[in-house]
Amino acid sequence: MSAEPLHVHYTVDGGNFTSAGEASVKVKRLLRQLGSSPEMIRRVSIAMYEGEINMVIHANGGDADVYVDDETIRIVLKDTGPGIKDVEQAMQEGYSTAPDNVRALGFGAGMGLPNMKRFSDTFKLDTVVGQGTTIELGFINK
Amino acid sequence: MTVFELRDALDLTVFHEEEDRPVTGGYAGDLLSWVMGRAESGDCWITIMSNRNVPAVCSLTDAAMVIFAEDVVPDEAALEAARDNGLNFYGSPLSVFELCAKVSALL
Ligand SMILES: Nc1ncnc2c1ncn2[C@@H]1O[C@H](COP(=O)(O)OP(=O)(O)OP(=O)(O)O)[C@@H](O)[C@H]1O
Ligand SMILES: [Mg+2]
Repeated sequence: MSAEPLHVHYTVDGGNFTSAGEASVKVKRLLRQLGSSPEMIRRVSIAMYEGEINMVIHANGGDADVYVDDETIRIVLKDTGPGIKDVEQAMQEGYSTAPDNVRALGFGAGMGLPNMKRFSDTFKLDTVVGQGTTIELGFINK
Repeated sequence: MTVFELRDALDLTVFHEEEDRPVTGGYAGDLLSWVMGRAESGDCWITIMSNRNVPAVCSLTDAAMVIFAEDVVPDEAALEAARDNGLNFYGSPLSVFELCAKVSALL
């Protein structure tokens, strides 16, 4: 592969939480074509899905950028939603502010952010209340 | 035990079926990010959730099959995604509890 990392951009629609997950399924397909290992594909696509769904449910959509090179995969999820007031609390398993209508679809276990952290090798969350949230996930090919 | 063997052994209704593969474990649950974090590749996932996010979770966790318990029928959008992504989707009148016991005994 060339030194330039491969870059793919996805726009994640807000409000459409019944068909969300499309970008993650596309990334899964892309990584399979690029020959990533099944375990890498699983980790990346699960973490990306959680981030994608969070942008849909909590931030009215956003942008996802995926960078792939030989050794690493980097995913940047950026939204201009309400931001997160207490990040430490949000990172705890079981903490969720998901409204009832999305809980009825199976969301709101409060496991999304913990999953993103667990399945990635590096996890960086920047958030400003009233401005938005950016999460950067790094994965190292093992 | 493979997906098709399990389908026959449990007399499951076929919603969509594509590729036979080994079933290496099982997971039951309806909270999607819980399933995302816990289900393993090759699992038989038993749920009563029926919306469009079920195929996404099945595909991303690489579960071998989904069984919808209690006569739950997946939404049309969920079925369409199952067809598009080649997922094995089945139904059963049994409860989640009964299905878990049976699958667990068969694996
Ligand atoms: N992009 C975001 N913008 C604003 N708030 C967010 C964002 N992502 C997460 N949060 C906040 O952090 C909480 C915890 O997120 P997490 O993904 O762990 O759980 P959840 O989305 O509520 O439920 P689950 O992911 O289990 O379906 C959310 O309920 C929400 O309050
Ligand atoms: Mg979440």
